[in-house]
Amino acid sequence: MATQDLATPLPQANTATRAWRKARELKLPWIPIFVLVVLMVAAIFAPLLAPHNPEQLNKRDREVPPFESSKFLLGTDKSGKDILSRLIYGARTSVFISLVALGTGAVIGSAIGVMSGYFGGRVDIVLMRLVDAVLGFPTVLLALIIVAIAGGAGIGNVIVAVAATVWARFARQARGEVLSIKERDFVTLAIVAGVSAPVIMWRHIFPNVINTVLIVISLLVGQTILLEASLSFLGVGVPPGDPAWGIMVSEGRDQIFEIWWLALFPGLAITIVVMAMNFFGDWLRDTLDPRLRRTR
Amino acid sequence: MSLLEIRNLKKYFPVAEGLISRRKGDVKAVDGVSLTVEEGETLGVVGESGCGKSTLGRTILRLIEPTDGEILFENKDIMRVSSAEMRDLRRRMQIIFQDPYASLNPRMRVGEIIGEGLKIHKMASGSGRREQVMALLDKVGLREDHYDRYPHEFSGGQRQRIGIARALAVSPKFIVADEPVSSLDVSIQAQIINLLQELQESMSLTFFFISHDLRVVEHVSHRVAIMYLGKVVEIAPSDAIYKDARHPYTRALLSAVPMPDPNPKKDRMVLEGDVPSPVNPPSGCNFHPRCPYREQICTEVEPELEFAYGGHGTACHVFGPGKRSWPNPPRLS
Repeated sequence: MATQDLATPLPQANTATRAWRKARELKLPWIPIFVLVVLMVAAIFAPLLAPHNPEQLNKRDREVPPFESSKFLLGTDKSGKDILSRLIYGARTSVFISLVALGTGAVIGSAIGVMSGYFGGRVDIVLMRLVDAVLGFPTVLLALIIVAIAGGAGIGNVIVAVAATVWARFARQARGEVLSIKERDFVTLAIVAGVSAPVIMWRHIFPNVINTVLIVISLLVGQTILLEASLSFLGVGVPPGDPAWGIMVSEGRDQIFEIWWLALFPGLAITIVVMAMNFFGDWLRDTLDPRLRRTR
Repeated sequence: MSLLEIRNLKKYFPVAEGLISRRKGDVKAVDGVSLTVEEGETLGVVGESGCGKSTLGRTILRLIEPTDGEILFENKDIMRVSSAEMRDLRRRMQIIFQDPYASLNPRMRVGEIIGEGLKIHKMASGSGRREQVMALLDKVGLREDHYDRYPHEFSGGQRQRIGIARALAVSPKFIVADEPVSSLDVSIQAQIINLLQELQESMSLTFFFISHDLRVVEHVSHRVAIMYLGKVVEIAPSDAIYKDARHPYTRALLSAVPMPDPNPKKDRMVLEGDVPSPVNPPSGCNFHPRCPYREQICTEVEPELEFAYGGHGTACHVFGPGKRSWPNPPRLS
């Protein structure tokens, strides 16, 4: 096959076929991408997709089991709220919180990592011990403490707590990259040219770390969603009653044997999304940076 | 007045060992080098890997702080200048590195890379800068439409031309060329060397040309310094080195240069052993453990660089004017 390809140049393909060929070449992870698309669509178009208002009470249709009524496909809860609609709105909460928190953590963490790696010395030692401390703490416990310090449950505080736990990953990974990048000749040449340290970090080092940052983001999306769900489950995340997956699991916990669908579907949603994100992250890492393959 | 004068320059790198980083010793990368570079000349610096030639080149630009010694550029001690003055000095001293892949930021466009110095030193801005960079691209044999490309789109030789354009952008007087052609194919080497020579003439540049390749150095240099284990063992005008090498190490290096000769002579001088560790260099003359001509004094007393007629300096107890002389010219002549 290969020899034939070389001998006869491929006929001029249109953009779509070329994109398709490229996609096959990259071995795109179709299932995780599908999950990701479904999640994004659900989050963005929740009001259009949800069959019911997630807050709407239906006195006559309480505790409807799933797959019995075409009106409530995944059943209803104790006050007759539609589970499917709440799941769709819950995707919104999860995506919003994890994206904002991860973004904040990535920006702060990689800035700290770049500075730590570039300046080295005492700055590096202090910052990296701080990173060790953050990474050494059980994530959920640390997030709980931060929420408590920040003043209790609420979306803003969850974002702060998640960002405060994930930044350390970015800092450590970025710092490691910087240690090798700053020894490369183009950085030395920038110094010779008289470029100042902030500009070297911004123009010469940071652009070469972005790949790594993207990979870490993709690897952490799943964990972030899980962390948000855990906090909500524990009652320190999104306010109770709001449609969020963690809260839904928590609400269904008491009657898990009687009204099992209350906890099952949000639980499944969390599992599927987190797994899909992890697979996607692994794929992205292998594609963008094979050197990172064995680290985590 | 020399453009650059180096006086007794030393650079020791501490070697730590073990968990409780105990100072074990020093790598004497540069160990008491003194030399001068005249305006408009090319000084070739030759030596094996690890002899300290690159460290020397980097120390001149103060990319590495020396342990001891003085570096005078236009009679100004670069160790004692303010940071503002150093900025200005660095405009007039540039460096070209060996690896054309590592020396260009993969995330910057060629035009930005070349124009960076112009921007930093506020020598040109906006369309003026663009024009100047275009002119530089033309000067080093690249096309103007290369301006908006990224480094990965270029071959090694082209990248090295970008590196040269970058160094030239700030109109320097003095350029440290650290093995500028070593990673290139032979045919490309010749192109780059010719380019450097043309530029030297048209822009009256001074080169500190570091290389391990004696043939390349012979072609470009007015004078040549031979380094061994952090020291200059011989320094002389190019002709004198290639026709009348005095130090046994220089002779050995010259005899190791492959020659397109169908009837190889039998007088190749092959050195025994390896270069000793620069952590604990040998006593006396650094070269004595490998020198077939060593005498008692060589193991005890360090030879000084003694200058003879024509500025030919040799650091050897055995060979030199007034001492033993070689019966034959060095092999490469």
